[in-house]
Amino acid sequence: MDDIVTLRRILKTSRKIAMVGLSDQWYRPSHFVAKYLQQHGYRIFPVNPRLAGSMLLGEPVVASVLELKEPVDMVDVFRRTQDVLPIAEQALRIGARVLWQQIGVVNREADALVRAAGMDSVMDRCVKIEHGRIFGGLNWVGVNTRVISAKRPVG
Amino acid sequence: MADRRFHPETLAIHAGQIPDAATGARALPIYQTTSFVFDSADHAASLFNLQTFGNVYSRLSNPTVAALEERVAALEGGRAAVACASGMAAEATALMTILQAGDHVVAAAALYGGTVTMLAVNLKKFGVESTFVDATDPAAFAAAMKPNTRAVFAESLGNPSLVVLDIAAVAAVAHAHGVPLVIDNTVPSPFLCNPLALGADIVVHSATKYLGGHGTTLAGVVVERGDFPWGNGKFPGMTEPSPGYHGVIFFETFGDFAFTMRCRMETQRVYGAALAPLAAWQILQGVETLPLRMERHCANALAVAQALRADPRVAWVNYPGLEDHPQHALMKRQMRGASGLLAFGVKGGVAGGVRFIEAAQFMSHLVNIGDTRTLISHPASTTHRQLDEVQQRAAGVLPDMVRISVGLEHIDDILWDIDQALAKASV
Repeated sequence: MDDIVTLRRILKTSRKIAMVGLSDQWYRPSHFVAKYLQQHGYRIFPVNPRLAGSMLLGEPVVASVLELKEPVDMVDVFRRTQDVLPIAEQALRIGARVLWQQIGVVNREADALVRAAGMDSVMDRCVKIEHGRIFGGLNWVGVNTRVISAKRPVG
Repeated sequence: MADRRFHPETLAIHAGQIPDAATGARALPIYQTTSFVFDSADHAASLFNLQTFGNVYSRLSNPTVAALEERVAALEGGRAAVACASGMAAEATALMTILQAGDHVVAAAALYGGTVTMLAVNLKKFGVESTFVDATDPAAFAAAMKPNTRAVFAESLGNPSLVVLDIAAVAAVAHAHGVPLVIDNTVPSPFLCNPLALGADIVVHSATKYLGGHGTTLAGVVVERGDFPWGNGKFPGMTEPSPGYHGVIFFETFGDFAFTMRCRMETQRVYGAALAPLAAWQILQGVETLPLRMERHCANALAVAQALRADPRVAWVNYPGLEDHPQHALMKRQMRGASGLLAFGVKGGVAGGVRFIEAAQFMSHLVNIGDTRTLISHPASTTHRQLDEVQQRAAGVLPDMVRISVGLEHIDDILWDIDQALAKASV
């Protein structure tokens, strides 16, 4: 489920994103993604048991998605593949509409579980890179976005 | 619905350029600016930390140049590309991003003379050693590999040797040693050959040649395929924190375009061989017609090769499109056509060759290739002059060799000019 039309719909309609495994180290990839998403109008919800109770990028950190105080559209996973299934189950319980597994994270069981429940599911992709690919930005660093279009880009 | 996979004719016109977000301009705007404003101090910090995508300074990225980068990446079937000020700048950028002092390169001997010099003289000054091997023999590449070998370098179609490299076989040799295969794909252009699909990891181009196609503008491009295992322990620059970026680890952060990001944000940032936006725009005007031009270059070159073959005033002809070329079958397997470059010897040796070049009416005596115009040259006294005769022979340059880059003039006129020049050369 990672064609351009589907990804564009997901990224346009998911404005609140729980980020599971978000690091407080600025040079870690998860921190890059969170900062980028904030700068592009998304609200991020840090989830990291090690940092629970602290603030990260201006948002309170919780230990699990079950502790989030308000609904989120997407659960974005920066964890090892073998740790994803319980996170997928929690994403279903809190009514998220998208489970997104980052680059290198490919849990097919979790993918099948959320799809069967009608959620969108993306694996082995980066939210930041796909946003930049589809809405512009990634092309500025010479990446082959595969976007062929005669329409103006509209974020 | 799966995304459509567009043909090269379509990519040559559209890839990398959708209507301008700000103005709706359909053709590519020329962003003739050195610098770009920041929205805020925080935005500036994010850009310098590489946390967000955006333009800072045109030595690092520029929207007009980026359109060329993405278009060539798309035509090569690569993940990402970075443009450089010339083909030599592209080679230097690719190699200096991979290599450090103490490393070793295995390279084909049949290379453009400037590339031989870069490896044998200039990179050697920085502690990089190179071994040159017979480009037609994959076993020779394997025999030359050392524990400190970090790259294999060759041309897909040698200039002017016209040796065809068995890309898949040499890629297997490189990969067995955990190092990337870097291919200079200038002579075929991405329309005729896609080395990445055959196993190469990085492609470099002199876009000055067929990509631009009109002999007006210097440019180079580096393209990466995007799946080389940089984390195999041999490439610390990819996997260890970058001192220039406060500890960012390029391979971890940028994944399948990390090599291109390092070329851009480390090598190009520091050495500065960036492409100017106007030059990128001029090259792109040519790229739009690349498929059409290459088809005609191939057809004209084959007709010239056949005519020279049948001419009693000609000693020998070298063109991979001729069936008796030693690698004709390999060329047909790897390429859509044999491109527009051929070499031949005039009976009468070096003196006959010189008389031929001086007698041409509209064929231009100069050292470029891939122009709309038919170009002729004597490599032994020009492009490969800095090599000694042993190096020249290894590079496929014979003393009597005349190189022709067959242009897009009417084939009957090209054959006429060759005929009248041969008549004067044979007196």
